[in-house]
Amino acid sequence: MDTNAVYVLWLRDVKRFIRARSRIIGILMMPLFFLLGLGLGLGSLIHLTTGGSYLDFIVPGIIGMSLLFTSISSGTAVLWDRQFGFLKEILVTPNSRFSIVIGRVLGGATTALLQSVIVVAISLLIGFNIHLSILTPMVIVFMLLIAATFISLGLTLGSLINDFQGFQLVTSFFTLPLFFLSNGIFPITVLPPFVRVITYVNPLTYGIDGMRIALSGSGTFSIWVDLAGMLISTAILVAIAAYAFNKTDVG
Amino acid sequence: MEKIIKVKNLSKKFGEFQAVGGISFEVNEGEIFGLLGPNGAGKTTTIKMLTTLLKPTGGEVDIAGLDIRSDPREVRKIIGIIFQDPSLDEELTGRENLEFHAILYKIGKEKRNERISEILKLIELEDKADILVKNYSGGMKRRLEIGRGLIHQPKVLFLDEPTLGLDVQTRRHIWDYIKKLNEVHKVTIILTTHYIEEADFLTNRVAFIDHGKIVALDTPTALKNKLGGDVVSIKSPGNATALEAIFKKAKWVRRITKHEDFIDLTLVEAEKKVPEIINIATKNRIKIESVNIHKPSLEDVFIYYTGKTIREEAGEGWKGMMRSVRMKRNR
Repeated sequence: MDTNAVYVLWLRDVKRFIRARSRIIGILMMPLFFLLGLGLGLGSLIHLTTGGSYLDFIVPGIIGMSLLFTSISSGTAVLWDRQFGFLKEILVTPNSRFSIVIGRVLGGATTALLQSVIVVAISLLIGFNIHLSILTPMVIVFMLLIAATFISLGLTLGSLINDFQGFQLVTSFFTLPLFFLSNGIFPITVLPPFVRVITYVNPLTYGIDGMRIALSGSGTFSIWVDLAGMLISTAILVAIAAYAFNKTDVG
Repeated sequence: MEKIIKVKNLSKKFGEFQAVGGISFEVNEGEIFGLLGPNGAGKTTTIKMLTTLLKPTGGEVDIAGLDIRSDPREVRKIIGIIFQDPSLDEELTGRENLEFHAILYKIGKEKRNERISEILKLIELEDKADILVKNYSGGMKRRLEIGRGLIHQPKVLFLDEPTLGLDVQTRRHIWDYIKKLNEVHKVTIILTTHYIEEADFLTNRVAFIDHGKIVALDTPTALKNKLGGDVVSIKSPGNATALEAIFKKAKWVRRITKHEDFIDLTLVEAEKKVPEIINIATKNRIKIESVNIHKPSLEDVFIYYTGKTIREEAGEGWKGMMRSVRMKRNR
């Protein structure tokens, strides 16, 4: 592992994130509207059998959604770098491609974490009841793991697909099913068994469940099952991203 | 002289297309070596293979004793490359681009800062170092890229079309930098270009490359002397073939090459022969549009070896288009 390369790519993502203020606002818009529309609007009509307000239920789901969307689309960074030639500049340096993938994942996860913290803050402002416990700090771990999983998916797609339109198309093919077939906006216990099975292989389910336990105190699985699920999915997807990036062409 | 690069039978195929067809050459340590050829001749493909970005289909390359296939990582440590297309991160400042590059080559903080200020002075960007690169002019970006390629003090520096798309003044400036680098820092330089003057002005030795093959290799002076005498270039649209047949019979013409509407005659004491050339043409009822006499240039030598001029317009237009597309996307 070339720690210098990991550091540079991480630093680059963080610097670019801090500089693109207008983009940050744009990115926060979608979770905000979901919180308002679903949490406050639709939520006033919904009475959960599990108790608690619907807003409290979906805040972890919305955080999961914003993590999913921004993380997958971070794969466009590979496309941009290929387009602007910076990819060549990185690949011609004496560093392993694996280190480059790790640097990218860490950089993306850091910026995604910053965004999620802002989403949590907005939720608190519009009436989210946080249930503080010893497990609450675990939410950070879940946010990072969700980001790492889906950034890796994004990097994989970015390495395989060379054009922007194609990338958009394929990612939307992934993002919507991943979000709707998770426990983001409804408890998976209400689903018929054959649909529920799909949610069990969706990493986002474990990520959101883990965040729900950390923030609201109750979830479907145990937090350790959630953690194990996320660690496994992260490991698998990072490995796939490293493999795909290794095969990619400088264009 | 020490050979720093040895290329033997290097080839690259993309599917059925033979981009580079078995080229061999050696580069002396400390020289500026040029690969001159039209767009699509295989120059960039060759450079990409030498810099380990592309795997060759066949052949061997040895750079400072290292094999590019078995030791790509070690090769990367001792080479620098300035790509044909821009390769900067425009969302970062000039200094950050240099810094990141230095970190990628594991240069410690103290040394890094020292080199960066040295390089910034060399490329005359000290006062612009902390501005985002997207606000740089084309020439400034190019200088920054050249500076970046030097941060890790490579033994061999590859320059792929270093002045493509730059205005004449900036081009001159960059040429001076390249000369200075080579003379002061003793860096071996390999450059590709399709600008004749660039190869003529900069290189110690130049290889003509066409259709993936090297057709000639020598110093620019030796190449020009090979033609012998002066070149008389006759323009006569539609009649070039006829003229060629006629002048083939003239004993005082040493060599004839035809390209499009032109035929070039190589001969001694050309200025005395011009009246006769016109007489012959008139006798054969062939209209001549213009006659030009000049000492042979590298262009003439190139035409002699390949039967065509190096076209700049076609490639330039395409590149220019690509660049403006990129600029639009950038916004």
